[in-house]
Order: sequence, then C-alpha cells, then structure tokens
Amino acid sequence: MWQSAPARGSDAALRTTAVRMRELASDAMNYNQPIADTSLLACQHCDLLQRIPELEPGASARCPRCNKELWRRRVDSLNRTFALTVAAVVLYIIANSVPMLGLTIVGRDAQTTVIGGALHLWNNDQKVVGVLVLFTAVIAPALQIGLMLAILIGAMRPRPPQWVAILLRYHPTTKIWSMIEVMMVGVLVALVKIADYATVVPGLALFVLWVLVFILAGISSSFDSRDVWDRIQWADEAHRDGAGEALVEGTS
Amino acid sequence: MTAITAMQAGLQSCEGCGLLSRPAPGEEEGICPRCDEELSFRKHASFQRTWAFLLAAAVCYIPANLLPVLTTTTAAGADSDTILQGVVLLWSPTGWPLSIIVLVASIMIPSAKILALGYLLITAQRGSVANNEQRIRMYRMVDFIGRWSMVDVFVDTFTAALIQLQPLMSVEPGPGLIFFAAVVVFTMLAVESFDPRLIWDSASMQAAESKEVTYA
Repeated sequence: MWQSAPARGSDAALRTTAVRMRELASDAMNYNQPIADTSLLACQHCDLLQRIPELEPGASARCPRCNKELWRRRVDSLNRTFALTVAAVVLYIIANSVPMLGLTIVGRDAQTTVIGGALHLWNNDQKVVGVLVLFTAVIAPALQIGLMLAILIGAMRPRPPQWVAILLRYHPTTKIWSMIEVMMVGVLVALVKIADYATVVPGLALFVLWVLVFILAGISSSFDSRDVWDRIQWADEAHRDGAGEALVEGTS
Repeated sequence: MTAITAMQAGLQSCEGCGLLSRPAPGEEEGICPRCDEELSFRKHASFQRTWAFLLAAAVCYIPANLLPVLTTTTAAGADSDTILQGVVLLWSPTGWPLSIIVLVASIMIPSAKILALGYLLITAQRGSVANNEQRIRMYRMVDFIGRWSMVDVFVDTFTAALIQLQPLMSVEPGPGLIFFAAVVVFTMLAVESFDPRLIWDSASMQAAESKEVTYA
C-alpha cells in the first residue's frame, strides 16, 4: 500500500508534465484544439454544423440546408484512382511530345504541339497570354496528375505521412487551373476555322488528349479525399492522439 | 432541433481538410492541427478581395470586346477581328454550333459571371435572408462555368500557331487577347475569394435568435 501511493503520485506528475509539454508545443505553433468527434463537420458552402453518417460505398451525404454534397464514399477508391492516374501519366507524356494539329495547303505543311501554341504567343509579343496558356494547358495538368500520383503512393500506407496532407491541400487548386477539356473545345473551334483555308491534319496528341479528358474526370470521381484525411498523420500528432482518446471516452 | 453553424458554436472549419477545431484564446490566427492550413471563421477579407477582382474584370471587359483578338494578314492586306466579329465569321451552315459555343463562352459567360458575382456580393453585404437556395445555386453555377470562358484564348492560340504560311497568309494574336484573358483570370480569382458561407450568415443569425427554424 505504501509503495503504490508514491508510484501513483509520480505517474500523475509525469502525466501533467506531458500535458504541459503538449500545451507548450501547441502554443508555439498556435494549433487549434480539434474537436473529439470527427463525424461532426460544417458544410463548406453554408457552415451548417452536422453529423455525417457512416456511409455505404457509393452512397453520398448532402447538406440538409444548401444541398452541397458533403461526402461521397467511393468504391475501391485508392486502387481505381491509382490505375487511372498511371494511365493519365502515360497519356500526358504522349500528348505533350507529339504534334496535336497540322495542316497542308498548296504543298506546304505546318504543325504544332500544345507547348508550340504557347511558345508562338510568347514569341509574338503576347508573353502573358503565352504563360497563361502554358500554365492552364501544360503545367497545371502536370501538377494535377503528379500530385495525385504522389498522394496515392503516400496514401497506400496505413498512416499516410504529413507531406501527403500538404499535397492534398493544394490538389484542388491545381484542378481549378487545369483546363485540358476547355482547350479541347477551343481546338475543335480552331479546327473548323482553319478548315476553311486548308486541309486539317489531326495529330496523335489530339486523340490522346480527348482520352485524357475522360481519364481526368474518372480520377475526380473515383478519389475519396475524406478516406485519406481520416488516416493521415497530423501536423500536430499529440492532438490526433488526444482526439482519439476522447472518442473512446465518448463511445464508452 | 435548432440548427446552428460552426461559427455560432465557436468552431472553425478547415478549408483544406474539413476538420473542425476550436481556436486557442488570443488574437492570433490558429493553424489546423491536421493539415497545417491557416484557419479563420470566414475567408480573409472576402468582400474586399472579391470586389477588387470583380472590378478589375469589369474594367478589362471593355477593351477585351473592343480591341481585335486576331489579325489576319494576306496578300490583299491585313484584317483585324474582335471576339464578336469572330463569332459572326464562324457562322455558316455547318459551323453555326461552334459559333454559338464561342458566343456563349466568350461573351455571355463573362458578362453573366460579373453580374452574378456583383449580385451575390451586394445581397450578402446587405444581409439579405431571401432566396438563399437560389443564391447558392448561382454561386455554384458561376464556379462551375467560369473556366469555359478560356475557350476563345485557346482558339486564338492554336489558330495563330498554325496559320503561318507567309507570304500567303498568316494570323497573329491581337491586343484584345490579353484583356480577354485577364477577364477570365480575374473572374476566376473573384469566385475563389468569395466565401459562400457569407450568403447564409444573416439567415443563420436570425434562426439562432428565433430558435424556431429547423432544417431536416
């Protein structure tokens, strides 16, 4: 009896020290205190606080107030998205290394790649628009596909490392500025315009890019970011564990 | 059950990962413990930033439509076309669907976007509680279709890159193109800066006061 009392005392002291160290670390980084129950969330479009139900694969939950889709649980998300992303990498490389459009007129040929279009603007006193075309048609799609590949490789681990969180945070931005599908409609219009003057010769990249448009749409609809967020390593790991403990308390 | 918002509960919802967390006491802005994103209840200076991008877009909209976007040089001389002239030129028995695509994407979408964002900003700043569902739908529409205005930039890029058949015929981008591209980029940035939760805040406050409105 005598011996157990001091042991309990030091145990408590140790715990207080640990808590204080955790608080000190949190203060230094100014982390927010997460709520224990991660099934609670706020709608990103109207801020309504709600509890998200555990969904069957393929089912989705919507905000009761503004009808925003809060979560759609994807079927076999990681494997399917990975397969599509690998396909996208291959198609992207082909699409940017072979000609997309060509024309012949009175025995003369001309052809261009996607990058060639941007380069032509750059060389003709339209540098800003050239950079914008390069960014939206070449760089942003490369980031969109590359980040997704890295995210998926990291997410295959049971507890994805912290760098996955940073990539996952920026991935939606690359998606906004990646405009391959818009470019393809633009190319279609250009094609019809040019057909008035010359014979248009569609290049291999034109077909590859059309397939890529659908592959990218497939990636968006098969990837489940909530699944990765649920397993990811936190920036503030101490609080992740804290949240875990509170969850157990809450359910018992 | 009375519905409340995360802000009314004193919780911040992370825009990066969706985690809900409680800000530490003090003035400093907190960081998301899961993904390291900076947190706030609403997007930082959303009204001011959205207005700034929107006005910039509206200003650029004028030269974008008045200046030529393409200049065609043939043996007979040079000919410049604005966006609207491009639409007219594309109109033919076979090409009219594409002419409509360019008309919608280049002229109707940018102007509709500017007007719609202006309407959303004014109603949200006045604290309107009416038509919330329609307004959020309008926001989603503007967010979804905005990128399609870039069509004309790509049309002009590839037309100019291909038709380089000196001395027969050559096509060069015109001075209107940069203004047109600026309209697209500024309206996209305006949509990004706008916080849709501001549409609902007045209604949420009223609901909290009356404690009668429920959502189910």
